[in-house]
Amino acid sequence: MSDLGELYQEVLLDHNRRPRNFGALEEASHVAHGHNPLCGDKLTVYLKVRNGVVEGVNFTGSGCAVSQASASLMTEGLKGKSIDQVEAMFTKVHNLLTGKSTGAEDTEDLGKLRALSGISGFPIRVKCATLAWHTMHAALTEAADEISTE
Amino acid sequence: MTTPVQDYTEHTIAATTRRADVARLRSDFPILHRQVRGKPLVYLDNAATTQKPDVVIDAVDAYYRRQNANVHRGLYMLSEQATDAFEAVRESAARFLNARDSSEIIFTSGTTGGINLVAAAFGSAQVRAGDEILISAMEHHSNIVPWQLLCERTGAVLRIIPITDDGELRLDAYTKLLSDRTRMVAIVHVSNALGTVNPIKQMIACARECNIPVLVDGAQSVAHMAVDVQDLDCDFFVLSGHKLFGPTGVGVLYGKAQHLEAMPPYQGGGDMIRSVTFEKTRYNKPPQKFEAGTPNIAGVIGLGAAIDYLRGLEWEAIGAYEHDLLTYATEKLAAIERVHLIGTAPHKTGVLSFVIDGIHPHDIGTILDFDGIAIRAGHHCTQPLMDRLGLSATARASFSFYNTREEVDLLATAIPKIFEVMG
Ligand SMILES: Cc1ncc(COP(=O)(O)O)c(C=O)c1O
Repeated sequence: MSDLGELYQEVLLDHNRRPRNFGALEEASHVAHGHNPLCGDKLTVYLKVRNGVVEGVNFTGSGCAVSQASASLMTEGLKGKSIDQVEAMFTKVHNLLTGKSTGAEDTEDLGKLRALSGISGFPIRVKCATLAWHTMHAALTEAADEISTE
Repeated sequence: MTTPVQDYTEHTIAATTRRADVARLRSDFPILHRQVRGKPLVYLDNAATTQKPDVVIDAVDAYYRRQNANVHRGLYMLSEQATDAFEAVRESAARFLNARDSSEIIFTSGTTGGINLVAAAFGSAQVRAGDEILISAMEHHSNIVPWQLLCERTGAVLRIIPITDDGELRLDAYTKLLSDRTRMVAIVHVSNALGTVNPIKQMIACARECNIPVLVDGAQSVAHMAVDVQDLDCDFFVLSGHKLFGPTGVGVLYGKAQHLEAMPPYQGGGDMIRSVTFEKTRYNKPPQKFEAGTPNIAGVIGLGAAIDYLRGLEWEAIGAYEHDLLTYATEKLAAIERVHLIGTAPHKTGVLSFVIDGIHPHDIGTILDFDGIAIRAGHHCTQPLMDRLGLSATARASFSFYNTREEVDLLATAIPKIFEVMG
């Protein structure tokens, strides 16, 4: 049985209390809005991409601790990464959140993002965490105006 | 100075009997004895759905084991018995709501099903471009979207009765919004998100003066108070079985006979017809006109058992008990630092919405679950209401007559633990 402490790991709580890279990014090259209709949470992700490298990521919005921390950790994790690396990280985080990671090699280069590992034990909360990532992905691929978790 | 002593004694006796009653009622609901995460279940999400007493579960079971047959068509005894049992529930639902006649009772899939039926059938016959439909700012999505669909189809306009910050309907604004363009007032009896009890009798009387029909969304009222549709003089009243201790997927639409006669059918199919040829189909009379296809027979039978169960209870005593519980819970929660109650209208049923500074309702819900406490966290399918209150979500505890002060205490002691977890 999953434990509350696994969900609310210290790193996650810290990022919820003090979200990093919070606020609009003036010189953003990619922007997308995300929405979780289940809880009404809204999120906007801003990316500044130059020469195939993410130079800056910010987010705005409000939501539960899981969604805020996931977004905040994401902004830290993506900075300086190439688009290919972002894609790989997106897949790895998705696997981590949905409990599909198979071993240490799947998660070792995720760094602090491993604080999201407890979420997979709380299926109802997985969407809270994936919202930021899907929104970021949509911003990069310019898929849609608004991303919904449903 | 003997009076105070006597008062005290009487109060104690009353409280003791009440506790005994609640203990007895709780024993009727098997799920209330299960554990969640090793803790006794504290079920405080009764506005989402109520739990089912043994009699309901047994009725559904017995129907499938001993009576299962389609209704209104078999010539054999089994089908006759199933039809009798099914139609007997129509009679008891009519008595339960004090309808004039059981033909005014239509079985639906629930509140949502009932409102969609009225919006589609009544709407298509009566509503034209430029007409107005009046709803309130505290409606459930299911009493918003069907009317929006109707407006899109017809070019009618949706008008909104505003509310106060406490979550009370603004009656002054309501009377001003009524006009000769208003074709329907559709209003929630008790708000699922705030617990506000709306003064629907007074509102219906106002609408009656202008000859405007009124639909009452009774999803949240019927489990907490006696409803008399003749006394209210409403035109339509809708409810969900699952919020009334009955099964999911079944509900009741009460409609005044004159409306049901005049309304075109909603869905077409078997049972709702008198005769069918490719040239011309003649429809059945109400209620069958609005019950196309094989109905949720087991659900209706279960609902009948729930209504019978409720008939054995005293609404006045239940109302007093739930009021006491709400008052107790309101005081307990209001006393906790960082907790703010949402919806503080003077007239409420047992719904307690709250927010906590700096903690999202979802986190509240997850953490309380670890103490076995089930509450709802979210927008409660009332997003326009949340927007009006400047919130994205609330945490909501909602009570039934089987909840206890001890459970409220468990909730109140669990909340400070949320602060610990969240740091
Ligand atoms: C006030 C109100 N109206 C309508 C509904 C919809 O009921 P159902 O989902 O059973 O159709 C609900 C259920 O939450 C409700 O609380």
